Amino acid sequence: MSQRWSIALFALVMALFPVLPGVPPFWMVLLDNIGLAALVALGLVLLTGVGGLTSFGQAAFCGFGAYTTAVLTTSFGLSPWLTLPASLLVTGLLAVVLGLVTVRLSGHYLPLGTIAWGLSLYYLFSKLEFLGRNDGISGIPPISIGSLKMMSAGSIYYVIWSAVFISSILTLNLLDSRLGRAIRALRRGHLAAEAFGVETARAKLLVFIYAAILAGLSGWLYAHFLRAVNPTPFGAQAGIEYLFIAVVGGAGHVWGAVLGSGIVVILQEILKSEMFATLGEGQLEIVVFGVLLVILLQVAPGGVWPRVAAFWPFERRLDKLPAGEPLAARPKVDIAGKTLLEVQGARKQFGGVVAVNNVSFKISPRQIVALIGPNGAGKSTTFNLITGVLAATSGKISMLGRPITGLAPQEIVRRGIARTFQHVKLVPDMTVLENVAIGTHLRGHAGAIASMLRLDRRDETRLLAEAARQIRRVGLEPQMHQLAGNLALGQQRIVEIARALCADPILLLLDEPAAGLRHNEKQQLAALLRQLKDEGMSILLVEHDMGFVMNLAEQVVVLDFGTKIAEGAPSEIKSNPDVVRAYLGVAA
Amino acid sequence: MNTTILLLLAQDGITNGAIYALLGFGLVLVFAVTRVILIPQGEFITFGALTYAALSSGKLPGTAELACALGFVAFCMEMFSIRHQFTTGRIVRAAALYILASALALVLAQFAGGDTSSATINIALSLMIVSPIGLYLYRIAYQPIAHASVLVLLIASVGVHLALQGLALLFFGAEGMRAPTITDVAASIGPLRVTGQTLAVYIITVSLIVALWLFFGHTVYGKALRATAVNRIGARLVGIRTVLSGQIAFMLAAGIGAISGILIVPMTTIYYDSGFLIGLKGFIAAIVGGLASYPLTAAAAVAVGVVEAFSSFYASNFKEVIVFALILPVLLARSLSAPTIEEEKD
Amino acid sequence: MTEMLLSVKNASVSYGKVEAVREVSLDVAPGEIVTIVGANGAGKTTLLNSIMGILPFRGQVRIDGCGFERLDIEDRVAAGLFLVPEHRELFTSMTVADNLVLGGFRTNRSSATAALERVYAMFPRLKERRLQLAGTLSGGEQQMLAMGRALMGEPKFLMLDEPSLGLAPRIVADIFAIIGDLRAAGIAVLLVEQNAQAALRIADRAYVMELGSFVLSGAASKIAGNPQVMASYLGFENTAEAADLSECRVP
Repeated sequence: MSQRWSIALFALVMALFPVLPGVPPFWMVLLDNIGLAALVALGLVLLTGVGGLTSFGQAAFCGFGAYTTAVLTTSFGLSPWLTLPASLLVTGLLAVVLGLVTVRLSGHYLPLGTIAWGLSLYYLFSKLEFLGRNDGISGIPPISIGSLKMMSAGSIYYVIWSAVFISSILTLNLLDSRLGRAIRALRRGHLAAEAFGVETARAKLLVFIYAAILAGLSGWLYAHFLRAVNPTPFGAQAGIEYLFIAVVGGAGHVWGAVLGSGIVVILQEILKSEMFATLGEGQLEIVVFGVLLVILLQVAPGGVWPRVAAFWPFERRLDKLPAGEPLAARPKVDIAGKTLLEVQGARKQFGGVVAVNNVSFKISPRQIVALIGPNGAGKSTTFNLITGVLAATSGKISMLGRPITGLAPQEIVRRGIARTFQHVKLVPDMTVLENVAIGTHLRGHAGAIASMLRLDRRDETRLLAEAARQIRRVGLEPQMHQLAGNLALGQQRIVEIARALCADPILLLLDEPAAGLRHNEKQQLAALLRQLKDEGMSILLVEHDMGFVMNLAEQVVVLDFGTKIAEGAPSEIKSNPDVVRAYLGVAA
Repeated sequence: MNTTILLLLAQDGITNGAIYALLGFGLVLVFAVTRVILIPQGEFITFGALTYAALSSGKLPGTAELACALGFVAFCMEMFSIRHQFTTGRIVRAAALYILASALALVLAQFAGGDTSSATINIALSLMIVSPIGLYLYRIAYQPIAHASVLVLLIASVGVHLALQGLALLFFGAEGMRAPTITDVAASIGPLRVTGQTLAVYIITVSLIVALWLFFGHTVYGKALRATAVNRIGARLVGIRTVLSGQIAFMLAAGIGAISGILIVPMTTIYYDSGFLIGLKGFIAAIVGGLASYPLTAAAAVAVGVVEAFSSFYASNFKEVIVFALILPVLLARSLSAPTIEEEKD
Repeated sequence: MTEMLLSVKNASVSYGKVEAVREVSLDVAPGEIVTIVGANGAGKTTLLNSIMGILPFRGQVRIDGCGFERLDIEDRVAAGLFLVPEHRELFTSMTVADNLVLGGFRTNRSSATAALERVYAMFPRLKERRLQLAGTLSGGEQQMLAMGRALMGEPKFLMLDEPSLGLAPRIVADIFAIIGDLRAAGIAVLLVEQNAQAALRIADRAYVMELGSFVLSGAASKIAGNPQVMASYLGFENTAEAADLSECRVP
């Protein structure tokens, strides 16, 4: 059963549920609470589960959504439907401000930062006079459509769950788009993503704002559900609860949000019930809850949703090969006779260690140049200088006469330099096709809203078709829909080459592309590289397999301890005594 | 404000700061070895404090029985997990660690502790009771998911914290407790009044900090513990029992928490949930230190203590807002100054 | 006294439904180098990992007739079995010296200083960099550190997983020279390599692994002369130059 039908079925069940005979009204309240929590958890799925940014402060955004509408409806008499955009706007603006600070926090500082402003805002809610301090605001009018006032739990149910469904679908759409790939690369592989044009800081901010707006929406709904707000549900405890709802459900899975909310809310309800009040002095329920939480995590550390989904037969297997119009190619500038890349006196110093010591060399169009040398000679560092990952301490690097020293990696790839990495940087739980498609990032234009509304399909088909084309070109067509993490290391390196080709480069930087390949696979790679050269590309490669290199390269540059010790044709290099001593070893 | 008040507040702040530093170290230690963010450390503080207070007033603390119960559960789990590979050695080791240790503590507490015993004996007994709880908790709650992500381990910590706090309420009730000071000695230096208790705090915290530093930096066992944190499989390949490393780390952290509680309870009334708030400050200090740097954690801890002392004096209505908001620029500064290393593992 | 033999019988390892290693048997005796060659994905690393105890497997592992199957990794280490894994698994944020000292944690703590000096003599580059963090070393140096760390434990059986991967030809020659020295010192070496040429040059016996099973076994020189092996793994081309440079000369 395809995913779309499963969602439709689920929606139908949820829509019919309230009108089933014999459903106690209390269950409606429960389901409403589940829906409200699911909205916030959905934001966390994207922010924490996929994006890797752990936030304890989502409850504060709920608070902003709730208080905005509370104040506007009670003090200014505005209709709830008017306060909805206001709530979302206020939450969004706050998210921009907090997000700019939070996404710059690295590692463990980020969660603590979210705790800091989360608690800060909570205390603000409880101290401000016009928000009613600890008593809050009551008398909030219900949402109404025409003359129908949604006073009961059963009526606002539809609004809440419509919101849940719409948001889930929007989120799924976002994850399945060009931006979605960028977001999924945030946790593991953001260095590679940046090398292909992804603005990771902006992607993080986007995800942060999106999660905040979902929380704000939940807050708005909460205010009109309970028709009274006070600071308590927007404090630290709630913040932690949302996080563990997301984790219990399955942090990286959209439907994990709904499942997690369902599990936790129902569990808490059971524990509060009569049954437990008779045992223990009323505090036993917390102990049991804590124990159950730990047991749940031990049984399903990746969340409950992946376990459930294993039984449900819906797979979004894309077995059809994407086909589409070709993307716009890079305008062909006549570069014959010019120098493609010139490195002049590049120097990189890390404290006292000179990793690259005044290295200079040139690459011409349609040329394959090899960069060889012992480990630690500075080859990867040189690559990093050329691609902008590291800033040169001094020296100049220029491409077609224009300086590129100091440019960001995103700009360098725009100019036509694409690379692979010595330690493979693929996103393991994306397919080969999706990983390669990251290389097309700059050639697509769909933004977040377009992706969510599925208006990007034409753009997307073209991007995926290009990725498929490159995958075919490097000979990995059978593996196109496999998860990149399941491939052998040698194959993963080839995937990286396909990804680099997607950027339509004029200069390809390959870092040990042949490592881990079998002999005939190396021959195929060499043939591919020669073909690329014939089609107009230049290649700079680092390799240790001398047989491979010497047959392929026209020019060889040798580095040792950061310094260039030789440069010339392969035949000259292999008999150069300095090179033999430093690198090749004594040939009998 | 005059100098007297300034000095008094500073002294207050530094005394508390020393304890927060110790707690921060416990958190850094546990995170380094097991990647667990030990939110329940607050409960170890509570347990240590209330156990000591109970012993000092002649009562048998509920934690002694809790330790036995947890030890038994841990033993059963251990037996289940080695069910295919029973060896006498393993069974005896498990029995000694999980059952005998806690049973012994219970028996000793019954007979050797009490309001007539010396403070030293009561302190030792409290540590004997509470430290193993750390080990047992690791075995029960964390060891089965040792390979999970930091986030999952964090949520597990939340669960453990909730359960332990509930148990603290169950065992000790909602009333607070206080213990007699270790010594009633006091002296005046200028305007400051230095009590024996305060001195004990300084001496014990500083000695423990130095001991930890020596242990981790300069002994093979300490390095082995660090290695477990850095690369688990690498550690196993050189024969380090990584599971034992985790258990030791937790036991040390529980001991640190307990000692902190014991040091505080003569000075402040401790309730079943006080430990959490105290632990939170150690947590802040540890995070400012990046969950990695001990000196930075210590500095942050003292800063937290001092800011706390001063801000409660100037009881502003918005003091919490200010305090928490102030953390952000500090974190930002640390983020921008520390070089970003590509973290591929989560 | 019976010869201390590492013997593996009918080892099978599965990842879920995929059988990565099927019914594999091998022996390694002290003072000999046995190599397993095969392409990426043949199951070589899986086999080594399961002998070490990292992965569960069906079958028998015995050292000197005593079964190992019930022992944890740490206890196998204590018995003298060491693995230098494919990804080296160094303690990257600790110093070279600390990495080495920890290598002797289980077996050689008391004579650590003497063992350290021996390792430094074998790898002078490590001695130069002994206070540097392991993560800042180059690839070849890291490989040396990984081997040095294993040697600190005075192994009786040493398993090496792809020691030449990503290393410059000259370093590979150095490392293989050291592997030869280990044989001379009486250690039993099980070497897994994709660089079949270098491996077959130094080994005494060899197994060829494909899709989880051994398809050929015998004396290394015979295996190297086998026409199928030559075509698939040794890649002899017509270019004499290529052959010249892609071989590592090992004494």
